[in-house]
Amino acid sequence: MRFLSRPERLTRLGVILWALRIALIAFVVAGSYATLSGASGSPVLSPEGWRDLIIFGIAQGSVYALIALGYTLVYGILFMINFAHGEIFMAGAFTGFFVAVALAEEGIMEANPVLGIVILLLSSMITSMIVAVLLERIAYRPLRRAPRLVPLITAIGASLVLQYSFRGIYGSGVRAYPLPDAIRGRVEILGIPILRSQLIVVIAAVLLMFALYYLVERTRTGRSMRAVSEDKEVAALMGINVDRTIATTFAIGGLLAGAAGVLYVFIFNQVSFAMGFLPGIKAFTAAVLGGIGNIVGAMLGGLTLGILESVGPFLLLSGFGVPSTNQLRDVIAFSMLVIVLIFRPYGILGRKES
Amino acid sequence: MKSTKLGSLTFAVLLAAVACTPGATTPTGAAPTSGGDPTGTAPSGSPDMSPDMSPDISPGGSPDGSPSGEFGTVEVASGQPIKLGTALVITTADADLGTDSQYGAQVAAEIKGQVLGHDIEFVFQDDQCSTEGGTTAAQALVSDPQIVAVIGTSCSSAGIPAAQITSDAGILMVSPSNTAPSLTAPETHEEFYARTAHNDTVQGAAMATFACEELGAETAATVHDGSAYAEQLQQVFADEFVAQCDGRITTQEAVAPTDTDMRTVLTTIAADPPDLLYYPIFTAGGALMTQQARQTSGLEDTDLAGADGMQSPTFLDAAGDAALGVYASGPDLAFAGDFYSETFLPAYEELSGSATPLSVFHAHAFDAANMIFKAIEDSATENADGSLTIDRVALRDAFFAIQGYAGITGTLSCNETGDCADPKISVSVVAPVADAGDACGASTEEVCFQRIWPKE
Repeated sequence: MRFLSRPERLTRLGVILWALRIALIAFVVAGSYATLSGASGSPVLSPEGWRDLIIFGIAQGSVYALIALGYTLVYGILFMINFAHGEIFMAGAFTGFFVAVALAEEGIMEANPVLGIVILLLSSMITSMIVAVLLERIAYRPLRRAPRLVPLITAIGASLVLQYSFRGIYGSGVRAYPLPDAIRGRVEILGIPILRSQLIVVIAAVLLMFALYYLVERTRTGRSMRAVSEDKEVAALMGINVDRTIATTFAIGGLLAGAAGVLYVFIFNQVSFAMGFLPGIKAFTAAVLGGIGNIVGAMLGGLTLGILESVGPFLLLSGFGVPSTNQLRDVIAFSMLVIVLIFRPYGILGRKES
Repeated sequence: MKSTKLGSLTFAVLLAAVACTPGATTPTGAAPTSGGDPTGTAPSGSPDMSPDMSPDISPGGSPDGSPSGEFGTVEVASGQPIKLGTALVITTADADLGTDSQYGAQVAAEIKGQVLGHDIEFVFQDDQCSTEGGTTAAQALVSDPQIVAVIGTSCSSAGIPAAQITSDAGILMVSPSNTAPSLTAPETHEEFYARTAHNDTVQGAAMATFACEELGAETAATVHDGSAYAEQLQQVFADEFVAQCDGRITTQEAVAPTDTDMRTVLTTIAADPPDLLYYPIFTAGGALMTQQARQTSGLEDTDLAGADGMQSPTFLDAAGDAALGVYASGPDLAFAGDFYSETFLPAYEELSGSATPLSVFHAHAFDAANMIFKAIEDSATENADGSLTIDRVALRDAFFAIQGYAGITGTLSCNETGDCADPKISVSVVAPVADAGDACGASTEEVCFQRIWPKE
């Protein structure tokens, strides 16, 4: 009744949005039902098949989440989208390749896989961090007072420069990481066989995310980052070195992207100079999905996107008899983004900007 | 409210833009345009739309040469080289495929030396193994009036637009490695397009024979990446597998060329595990598919097979250990005669610096180039001043008239839709170099594609 007593809320746009929401929910429910009930003669997945898809979605989603954190951190502080972040991720993964080859040739990877992986992670993270900090210093800091569109365009330019520099340095081929046997094969957890690589990826990602959360919420550096995010001028008046805090933020984003690079390689085992573009876009989507500027939101967004991509196309489309649903994966993923933004324009955990 | 304003502003700008577009048929008085012609159809004073915008493929420097064919002639002055274009994939992960063909064509020019007393010069373009790349490369070549013929493209998806562009300009284009059936099908064949590579109707059938006779496969699944090549090849294979072997196709799936995650597709396929999984896609996707198929539960007993698009060192590098045991169909490189091993390969190695070929179509490119030379010799007119007049239509007719040409790849005869190949298909398997020895095709230091079928 309250609803009726306030007719001014029922604008034309509102009606269209509600109709859209109802249609979308109906589509999702009908698609899932048709697929799960095996109607229309579409192939039926075993429960193990679904389980594998979800586990894979979580692994892929945690990589997206790690990259998304870099977007969200920078946005939280500078209100700019660092479109070159995908290339920072690529820089770490690609450099890590050569470290991995060297480690494999020295036999360290086989003799002591834990040490090998730690060295690999560190080298990749440090490379990405250096690239990120240099990028901030060279391409973004001089433009900090420029209108908001300027650093955005610079970011796109920086992305291309990085991509093609790495192509120039390392060539345009696709290469496979030499991975130790320790991360091949499966382990059983609670009776569920899981690929070791995926398990390592999820554990490492969760640890890194906790570390970041602790850093931002509980340390002095984190406090100054939050202060700069609230108001740069006031933070400066309070004695916070704004330039250094922003550089630190880029460094942390770079470290996470470098780690994500190695973890990505554990899943896909390939590097090339163009590998950063698509995961970068996906991670940006994840950051928006979770509410850009929100750290927990980026993690949630990454996981949601990973699982949606993995399960979504088959679950929603094959019941309608659509062939080769996997080709439409990006369509499903990005449609879901639109849908979430229709329901919650500021993302899952985002707050309305004042 | 702001958005409404913005919306109406955008709308107004759009309207104005439409109204101002030359040639747009706007009804009179639709929008208050400034500076635009109100009637919309303005024949007067638009120089860029003049009726005689004949493409400049007519002779570059022949003042009195009357064009005999409908596409004019190319005049090669005395002492000037004959220019041939190439449109092959020479960047991206599939670069091996195109550079391999490019070396093949260069070796042909080196060995030939001169054609009718003129040197041969190449203009290299990149087809990027994509529709966009094929379009750009072909347009760049067509814009040069001195280009006599084009060798390309590498990839069928690039070949479809490129064949149309070159044919519209009357330039002969011969592909050493396009294999998609539609390119030479009577309904879709472009007038000036021919190829020395096999048609995939042959490759798909050969792979089906191999699958049931050698592997004993009763069920098969296929994956393509939406490219013309992969989509058509897997379809031929699927049809032939049912027809020849009485086999069952469990599922035909598709991925996107940029996909990195093949697990969803593989999990779907594993729901009804096939004996053979055939994915005739390209290097990067093929390597990911190979690695991830090995990790998918349910596909442990499934044989994996790709095709010629994957036979390169880059694939072996990218797939790593997972590549061992992968089958790949492709052109048979066990050529008759000594010319290939004793003359061609050493010259190829000198150019490429690689002891084993980078891919499988270098010999086809060599034959394509030589057949173009022959067609020039058959059709060109040698003038008294040492210059050369090449009529485009005559050149095309001379090329299509080639019958029983003895090339490296066999005895080539062109039919009226441009299929010139003497198609022989072999199947290779990825094996350690130490075991494969002389049967190695494309190779890295450790592993290579070892030819295993048909047996000698």
